[in-house]
Amino acid sequence: MPRRSIVVLKVIVWGLCVSPVSLLAWKATHDELGANPLSEVTLSTGHWTLYLLLTTLAISPLRKISGINWLIRFRRLIGLFAFFYGCLHLMTYLWFDKFFDGHEIVKDIYKRPFITAGMTAWTLMLPLALTSTVASIRLLGGKRWQILHRLIYASAIAGCVHFWWLVKRDLTRPEIMAAILTILLGFRVLDRFLANRTVQPATVSPER
Amino acid sequence: MLIKKPSDIPSSEITSKSVYMDRRKFMSGATVFGAALATAGFEMGKPFQVASANSKLTTTKSPLSTSETPTPFKDITNYNNFYEFSTDKYGPAELSRKFRTSPWTVKVGGAVKEKKTYDVDSLMKLAMLEDRIYRHRCVEGWSMVIPWVGYSLSNLINQLQPTSKAKYVMFTTLMDLGQFPGQRAGVLDWPYTEGLRMDEAMHPLTLLTFGLYGETLPNQDGAPVRIVVPWKYGFKSIKSIVKIDFVDYEPPTAWNKAAPNEYGFYSNVNPNVDHPRWSQATERRIGEFRKRPTLMFNGYGDQVASLYNGMDLKKHY
Repeated sequence: MPRRSIVVLKVIVWGLCVSPVSLLAWKATHDELGANPLSEVTLSTGHWTLYLLLTTLAISPLRKISGINWLIRFRRLIGLFAFFYGCLHLMTYLWFDKFFDGHEIVKDIYKRPFITAGMTAWTLMLPLALTSTVASIRLLGGKRWQILHRLIYASAIAGCVHFWWLVKRDLTRPEIMAAILTILLGFRVLDRFLANRTVQPATVSPER
Repeated sequence: MLIKKPSDIPSSEITSKSVYMDRRKFMSGATVFGAALATAGFEMGKPFQVASANSKLTTTKSPLSTSETPTPFKDITNYNNFYEFSTDKYGPAELSRKFRTSPWTVKVGGAVKEKKTYDVDSLMKLAMLEDRIYRHRCVEGWSMVIPWVGYSLSNLINQLQPTSKAKYVMFTTLMDLGQFPGQRAGVLDWPYTEGLRMDEAMHPLTLLTFGLYGETLPNQDGAPVRIVVPWKYGFKSIKSIVKIDFVDYEPPTAWNKAAPNEYGFYSNVNPNVDHPRWSQATERRIGEFRKRPTLMFNGYGDQVASLYNGMDLKKHY
């Protein structure tokens, strides 16, 4: 794929990733967030964190299945947007829900499993966002960097558990999220299993 | 949405009526400029639809009303937990538009002298309708102030003359898969049922409710007739009732069946007993930024606490 097209695509992906927060901002200024605006912002940013996290996780499998290698060039971008929405989501909790009451927050993390799970999910994303630069890869070395970035699996699992545990009764959405995550992680397990079974040289991915 | 810096201003001031009015003025300004066509359609469409569907009721004031400022009509009629229509709070307003509330009958049975089926219009005329402005606390942690219209359920019960076997009252919502799309999903065990102990049902605050803001109930708020029990979490206030039974056992209730460890039979508003998954100590009043402390029995302790004398409310949550 030519460089120009990548640039154009990146602009489009940027636009798509920014659109949920732009829509929220527009709604907020136009009294369109409904009766409980703060809850709406919390829910929406939470949903988008998960959507983008799962999208990030979908890139490698899609690339392997389709053979479209340039997909990988969007992984960091989308992953960082997942972190961005995760930060907004965390912010809505710390501010609108707890009003930065440190004691209450600590108590909540300790006492409420769904908060514990959510906090875990965000915390696991933090080192990934911090080491998302090319310089970090060089500093850590590719191998170690890759191992570190497997934390995204744990983060996504914690995120889905967080969603599952907070829902009052209708589990449809968390179930869909969990199903997608299972497929995405299952693909990796299967891929590894098959790679180990075939002749050793096959594990050296030819596209790299 | 007006996001204000957290400050020392009491929350009651933050949502004073003038703020709402300003917001609406701003909205109509925006409409004039055509800056938000979609918004305008929403704003103008709703009241029109409601005005055509609901009729005015003749009411008297009640000393049982709170003096707090009622939550705007728009919020009460667009932010609804009515799982028979949808589990999405903004779903019922739209999905209930074609809901048929006439003809509607309420069948009274069980331990009463005379079993009877009431037409909802005659039921409404059984006693003088009153405006009852009540606090409404949802188990999810938000609250409203709602100007209901109805009369004390005790008026009906007294007329029915329950026998000595009547220990509890059980209420049942309409079962209609055609009209209630939510009943096709197994989210709850349909039809929705609720129950009150006899003394709770007889309490003057317990309201057989027919209206909201001086008009007949909008469909999404439980038309044509519902119960309102202001000192209990919202889900106890069952909507669109078709059956009332007087029984000698604690009736099965929808949310208790769904998650017995989370929702008890009594479900009195209690800041000291948390939901297993979240705190009940505070609540967000719709329209306010800051959270406010949740009051014991939703602030109706003076009137109702004696009903529960000697009961361990941590056990009977």
